[in-house]
Amino acid sequence: MSALLPPAEQVWWKQPLDRVELIWIVIALIWCLIMFFMMPYWHIYGKQNLSNEAYRARPEEYAKKAEDMIAKYKVREEGGDLKVPVVHPPAGSDVYLIARLWSWSPMLELEAGKSYRIHLMSMDWLHGFSLQPENINIQVHPGYEHVVTVTPGSPGTYSIICNEYCGINHHTMTSRLYVVK
Amino acid sequence: MAVNRMFRTCPASGLLFHEPAEKLMRFHAVAAVVSLLIGGILAIGVVLTRWQAIHLLPPDLFYQVLTAHGLNMLVFWIIFFEMAVLYFAGSTLLRSRLATPRIAWAAFWLMVIGALVNNYSVFRGDSSVMFTSYAPMGAHPTFYLGLILFAVGALVSCFVFLGTLVVARAERTYRGSIPLVTFGALTACIIAIFTIAAGAIILIPTFFWSVGLIDHIDSLMYKTVWWAFGHSSQQINVAAHVSVWYAVAAIVFGAKPMSEKVSRGAFLLYIFFLQLASAHHLLVDPGLTSNWKIFNTSYAMYLAVLASMVHGLTVPGAIEVAQREKGHNQGLFTWLRRAPWGNPVFSAMFISLIGFGFLGGISGVMMGTEQLNMIIHNTIYVPGHFHATVVVGTTLAFMGLTYFLIPVLFRREVMFPGMAKWQPYVFGLGMSAVSLFLMGAGTLGVPRRHWDISFAGNPFPYEFPGAAWLMMALAGISGLIAIVGGGMYLLITVGSVFLGKKIVTPGFQHVRARENVAAIPAAAPVITSHGSIGAGGMVAPGTFVLAMVFLAAFVLYYFINWKYLSTVWPLK
Ligand code: HEM
Ligand SMILES: [Cu+2]
Ligand SMILES: [Cu+2]
Repeated sequence: MSALLPPAEQVWWKQPLDRVELIWIVIALIWCLIMFFMMPYWHIYGKQNLSNEAYRARPEEYAKKAEDMIAKYKVREEGGDLKVPVVHPPAGSDVYLIARLWSWSPMLELEAGKSYRIHLMSMDWLHGFSLQPENINIQVHPGYEHVVTVTPGSPGTYSIICNEYCGINHHTMTSRLYVVK
Repeated sequence: MAVNRMFRTCPASGLLFHEPAEKLMRFHAVAAVVSLLIGGILAIGVVLTRWQAIHLLPPDLFYQVLTAHGLNMLVFWIIFFEMAVLYFAGSTLLRSRLATPRIAWAAFWLMVIGALVNNYSVFRGDSSVMFTSYAPMGAHPTFYLGLILFAVGALVSCFVFLGTLVVARAERTYRGSIPLVTFGALTACIIAIFTIAAGAIILIPTFFWSVGLIDHIDSLMYKTVWWAFGHSSQQINVAAHVSVWYAVAAIVFGAKPMSEKVSRGAFLLYIFFLQLASAHHLLVDPGLTSNWKIFNTSYAMYLAVLASMVHGLTVPGAIEVAQREKGHNQGLFTWLRRAPWGNPVFSAMFISLIGFGFLGGISGVMMGTEQLNMIIHNTIYVPGHFHATVVVGTTLAFMGLTYFLIPVLFRREVMFPGMAKWQPYVFGLGMSAVSLFLMGAGTLGVPRRHWDISFAGNPFPYEFPGAAWLMMALAGISGLIAIVGGGMYLLITVGSVFLGKKIVTPGFQHVRARENVAAIPAAAPVITSHGSIGAGGMVAPGTFVLAMVFLAAFVLYYFINWKYLSTVWPLK
């Protein structure tokens, strides 16, 4: 029962290692290095990278910026009595999305193939921006304004759901995102 | 105060138990099993609610039950058991008296009180914050208080373990270096001490915040420090269950580590490269740079992953060598076919090893890659991943060890041996299926911690594809199978410990050790050569083939996910 007993060799670090072990260590190390280099590689050659752009912001200021944008680019309202504003901002512009208990505002209408600077921030607790069915998931913090440049793919109706648990109505926190030609 | 030097030698295994250590181990094991029982009952509610066709619980109760499930399983069951493992590896394996049994008892009761207080807060209904309790979502002060008490108790137990190592060395109860299993336990203990320090740094201010003494907790700071605690504690589990694997290989097969150097070196890598691992929980969070994320998730170039890959080879490798030396030397896999598949100590350990590596390990490394995390974060893939690591891996390994401990530590015969034979398969395979189906559903975007993916009554519902619903239903069915497997374990252990047939050995008693404890055992025999076993110049060719299969699966799965990522909307 030797793993349960002291090793025979006092200086266990001088024991020779077996061939199987040596080969495996070398292979595993190479594989680990490949995985390590994939990340910087993708930053240079890949198209899906999260930005490092983030600012500290106060909820009131952020909400103000979002309200201004809504006033400028609102095209309609949706959701019956909820009157969720839908905005159609120009390509390349700054788009502000507010996450709060338990809704997203405004609803976005974006053009396929154009890029937008989408700002994400929470007014209260943590929320999770989860775009379906693309399955892009980004954490949304209160007090941190995160800017991601997104280029929507094919036209259609997408959904935003909250996937960070944010209390009792977490599962009701949904919205839409339209991509038009 | 006189030092208790009463010992007994287990007639079956030859292990030497110190009287107070033995009692402490029993109590920790019982507390662990009670936590598992509670967590297991709650699992029924969790899994039947997420199976949309049944959708058992209302939302408030679901979130409450899920919070309690996470805490009782991940924190209380696992850590109580780990403390028993520490005492076993410290006192029993070193044949030493336990240092300061009174303090160890105080620590134990502190942990019990902590667990009760925390459960009380969740039971109140105003602390359904999940085990992560991300600020600024707040819980009742007793939620944090319970966790702090529990953590302090665990910390003190860690020091009792370290003290025992000192006592053993001073009283010369062993010769040379400590055994490999104790070395692994020491690794777990060192990581635990760092981890609990991180836990204190975050939970104590949060407690003050919850009672109104501090008025702001930054969400990003909280999440970062919390995961320095939350993730590193998973590494305690890995170090602990890898030690259990080595122990089981030794108990069942008399297997020796292929080389002490490699196995110990791999444990050292855990200590050196783990502390920064909280980063992979923050890959899609704002305010942290990619350089920081890449450096920290790669655990300084994946050296901890490397360590696990090494253990994944050396544990079955050691078994293969032991089996071949016993004569099962033909072909590649005779040694494995002739393994005692009907012995639950072995089958639990082996399923744990395979499940941890193939399901938990591969998925974990994939998720922990900076960009790939974007298509996984907070989906139900994540619980899929950690039910493979912490349930199939850690929990099942501990279950296997329990079957060994029932006769040795509790001196009872295992009740329902026929059922015990099947238990690891029912639990292990059921849980592996749960993991796979949850991962499948997560790939389709199903969120975790979510009461209703049908979005009934919601003005902007999202319709998940039928495959996602199917996956959740299959996860529900396999979850029930796993729960049955868990129930079998509870029935067998509780039955054996309280009602099982006592093992009586004539003349058996605790005896006083005079100077030291007992005669110093001989060291393990020196391995000069393995003779003519193996093939192709390798002593464990079968294991090597298995390792290559693992690597192929790993590489394939890893790049499939990059391929998948490349098809989502470009973003920067
Ligand atoms: C016995 C069978 C078990 C079943 C069927 C089961 C099922 C589940 C499911 C479906 C979830 C995900 C719920 C969701 O995110 O909406 C979950 C969460 C979880 N489970 Fe289990 N589980 C079992 C045992 C265990 C064990 C043994 C452990 C730990 C050792 C464990 C630890 C956890 C943790 C930590 C969570 C996360 C809770 C959270 O998100 O806050 N489970 N379980
Ligand atoms: Cu939310
Ligand atoms: Cu939410």
